[in-house]
Amino acid sequence: MSASDLRALVMPKWGLTMTEAVVVKWLVDEGADVELGAELVDVETEKILSAVESPASGALRWRAAEGSTIPVGGLLGVIADADVPDDAIVGFAATFEAEFTPETEAVAGEGPLPQYVEVNGRSLRYLKLGEGGEPVVLVHGFGGDLNNWLFNHEALSAQRAVYALDLPGHGESSTNVGDGTLATLAQAVADFMDALELPAAHLVGHSLGGAIAAELAGTAPDRVRSLSLIASVGLGRELLAGFLDGFVTARRRRQIKPVLEALFADPALVTRRLVNDVLQYKRLDGVEDALGAIARNLVADGQQTVSIRECLATYPGPTLVIWGAADQIVPASHAGGLPERTHVEVIEAVGHMPMMEASARVNQVLAAQFEGRLTA
Amino acid sequence: MARTITMLQAINEALDQEMARDSSVIVMGEDVVGGSGAEGEMDAWGGPLGVTKGLYAKYGDRLLDTPITESAFIGAAVGAAASGLRPVAELMFSDFVGVCFDQIYNQAAKFRYMFGGRAETPVVVRTMYGAGLRAAAQHSQSPYSIFTHVPGLKCVMPVTPYDAKGLLIQAIRDNDPVIFFEHKGLYETEGEVPEQSYSIPFGEANVVREGNDVSIISLGLMVHRSLEAAETLAGEGIQCEVVDLRTTSPLDEDTVLESAENTGRVVVVDEAPPRCSIATDISALVAQHAFDALEAPITLVTAPHTPVPFAGVLEDQYMPDAARIAAAVRRVAGYAQ
Amino acid sequence: MALTKDDLLKAYRLMRTIREFEERVHVEFAAGEIEGFVHLYAGEEACAVGVMLHLTKADRIASTHRGHGHCIAKGVDVPAMMAEIYGRATGSCRGKGGSMHIADLDAGMMGANGIVGGGPPLICGAALAAKVQGTRDVGVAFIGDGASNQGTTFESMNLATVWNLPAIFVAENNGYAEATAADYAIGAGSLADRAEGFGMPAATVDGHDFFAVHEAAGEAIRRARSGDGPSFIECQVNRYYGHYEGDAQTYRPPGEAEAARANHDCLDKFAGRVTASAGIEREELDDIDRAVAALIDGAVSSAKADPAPAAAEYLTDVYVDY
Repeated sequence: MSASDLRALVMPKWGLTMTEAVVVKWLVDEGADVELGAELVDVETEKILSAVESPASGALRWRAAEGSTIPVGGLLGVIADADVPDDAIVGFAATFEAEFTPETEAVAGEGPLPQYVEVNGRSLRYLKLGEGGEPVVLVHGFGGDLNNWLFNHEALSAQRAVYALDLPGHGESSTNVGDGTLATLAQAVADFMDALELPAAHLVGHSLGGAIAAELAGTAPDRVRSLSLIASVGLGRELLAGFLDGFVTARRRRQIKPVLEALFADPALVTRRLVNDVLQYKRLDGVEDALGAIARNLVADGQQTVSIRECLATYPGPTLVIWGAADQIVPASHAGGLPERTHVEVIEAVGHMPMMEASARVNQVLAAQFEGRLTA
Repeated sequence: MARTITMLQAINEALDQEMARDSSVIVMGEDVVGGSGAEGEMDAWGGPLGVTKGLYAKYGDRLLDTPITESAFIGAAVGAAASGLRPVAELMFSDFVGVCFDQIYNQAAKFRYMFGGRAETPVVVRTMYGAGLRAAAQHSQSPYSIFTHVPGLKCVMPVTPYDAKGLLIQAIRDNDPVIFFEHKGLYETEGEVPEQSYSIPFGEANVVREGNDVSIISLGLMVHRSLEAAETLAGEGIQCEVVDLRTTSPLDEDTVLESAENTGRVVVVDEAPPRCSIATDISALVAQHAFDALEAPITLVTAPHTPVPFAGVLEDQYMPDAARIAAAVRRVAGYAQ
Repeated sequence: MALTKDDLLKAYRLMRTIREFEERVHVEFAAGEIEGFVHLYAGEEACAVGVMLHLTKADRIASTHRGHGHCIAKGVDVPAMMAEIYGRATGSCRGKGGSMHIADLDAGMMGANGIVGGGPPLICGAALAAKVQGTRDVGVAFIGDGASNQGTTFESMNLATVWNLPAIFVAENNGYAEATAADYAIGAGSLADRAEGFGMPAATVDGHDFFAVHEAAGEAIRRARSGDGPSFIECQVNRYYGHYEGDAQTYRPPGEAEAARANHDCLDKFAGRVTASAGIEREELDDIDRAVAALIDGAVSSAKADPAPAAAEYLTDVYVDY
């Protein structure tokens, strides 16, 4: 980085509705050297607490005050070499602030919006970000929706079109899940790809979504350019006792909160807003039945009843498995015993939601996977 | 898929979807259709404020205009509920309960218990309440504490369009009598509401703003005014937690107490007069179960113990507003033992 | 509707069951075995049975304070009723209602009612439900001369006409609302006149005469089932006991109840007529009397022996979903 090369660390936009966030805690001292991609600061929106990563390597020369509210795109910090004079840093920050216009709420709504596609009598919601390249399809897990990818979707879409969909019975897609089997859900993803004219795509699946992606890779390998499984089910028998039942039957905040907390290594990530969002979804007519039907196909007597190991054995394409070492829902030990060509990435101190809790790392590995840069 | 609609539209949609889903749901009340027996058009009013407008075209005789005869038709709704229907009766103004209270509190409320658990009375009484429309003493009251006092009734007062739809659907599906209070001043409030049907369980208060300094416990229209006060106070460095009770029966005691224990300072805001009210009830709850956490006296912001006046200058003083709420919060926030 | 021999025997059995039930409750109450407020129906049996013989289980009735007779005639289980009056767990309402609130919705009995005039609006609802659901069921509101002056009754009669409901209002005028005479309290020529003012046909019958009640009720219920709307029947009758058990009845002229028993008893009238002209032998009625006595004996013994509700029951049956 040259002396004149000052980089602004700005407030990211996570999800469609985010307009601002609060600076909770700096993870790096002022003046410290930071690497590209390092987590610098925890910020909290109504929905979620997460870390913002460094856009460059250099020294962190200026930091917004902890407790302050910064709009999306606003200045969080300044990265520059250690030898840039303080005056220049102050001047840079002042100029940035002077020229910055926060997007109003009206403008905030003008970004890409989710769309709906009719597939086999079902309406599926999806959000497409980015253009061109080999497309990516992100498949969320049990009880999730396309917003589970809010820390990843935009980052991954810099080079290619990335689609995140709501599975049947999830988010704002139709609640009809048919028999609720993996095969049915995998067919729904295949039908979705047909409808959007995606002959093949890189598939990324989380948890249940992992098993769905693997099922598709096993049955239609030519449609799957690469397979990335995050904390996937279907690789072992254990599953946190009561998790699925608890999720399916909870109707109240006090019931769902402990269930959601088990998803994360850091339970503080489960904000009131996150809880409310999940409850809003679960209150919709038909959701409980849909989730119940899927759950019945996944577990019996507290043990997983589906296996995707056969699919992984036959799928010839690049396969990536990511796991949080502190996953309480599906243990990281399930990442063992996979075909030799599988790239396995276990991230310390992260729970069942690595794409949220370690978004920087997950984004790096996924980008490498899409670009064919990963090795077993 | 969610879109922005008014609370009036949300209530209409809840009725529409439940009538479509379940043929045992009927709607009755004074001018819920409007025009019955007259020579002009039917559905002339669709409810005094148009809440039920358009339903007659879809459901015909399942909407019944009643004579102005609250005892008979509220009682008929109760009797029909005990005979297999799920009636939604509209008691135009909650002030009118004086002429039909027996049907609600001696009949509907008591059947399940008095008959040894062998009867269900799935009736909903929708009713307008609240001041601010210059409607004077007999059309402006907030008598929810009278109903809340009665074992066997459930009392619901939605604050947002989202809650209005989900709570009304829950009310219709509920097997107990539910009094559903609609504030006249909130019908035009807009908010995001899913198109699909959904239900919100009763007894789940909503923390509509988080904060660590002072808890504002509120209900109905007063939640909006409390939020307005909280916004002002945030600029002064006082972070308020605003709790919307959503239902006073069942009451979500846990959320109230959690918030009180978190902040140690509690202001209760209620549009009704102060004696034997929701405000005093919440105050007693907090004093009894969160006393050790309190760092300041519990403070009530309520209407005075008078009927609702007519003239604007009088009524505006009668209703708690954001300034009064903010002043109370400042006192509580600054209180040192 | 022509009455068969079986119908007549059934009518006699029901009236006798009510009489035996009430006489026994009177004795047990006086002996201190029963607590609370009890209002006896003895003397009025022909009213309940004359109406109820036309009804099916799906038809609904609402009753009054004086509800035991309506319950028995509508088919509520007799031992369960007795157990309820004793406050037992085995009672119709599991000991939570008592004499004034015996109900059995499965039998179409929407409750004795502690509120005078509480029933008519409920029956409008039951009749509305039948109409909306397209059944041919009817609702019958029993009221006394007291409730005949309540606004709820007037409003309900009006609403029943406005909505053309399959509802029947049966006023059992026993001459007294508590301790006040009907002649004093009813500011109209007759109850039937009032009903006609609400636009429905009305009949006034001798409430001691099963056949008179049965005939008037038959016409009213036929109208209701045919979609022709509501009707009103006034049954003029005597009560043999006070407003409630313990009422000294000093407001009544001496010997009034005794004279009614001697000269207008519905069971005597009924027995006299059916043994004279319907081919029923006195022995057949005596057999019924013995069977009924045994039933009531058994009901009292079992009620006395049955358990009280579990103490924790006082908190149940509110807010099932809470």
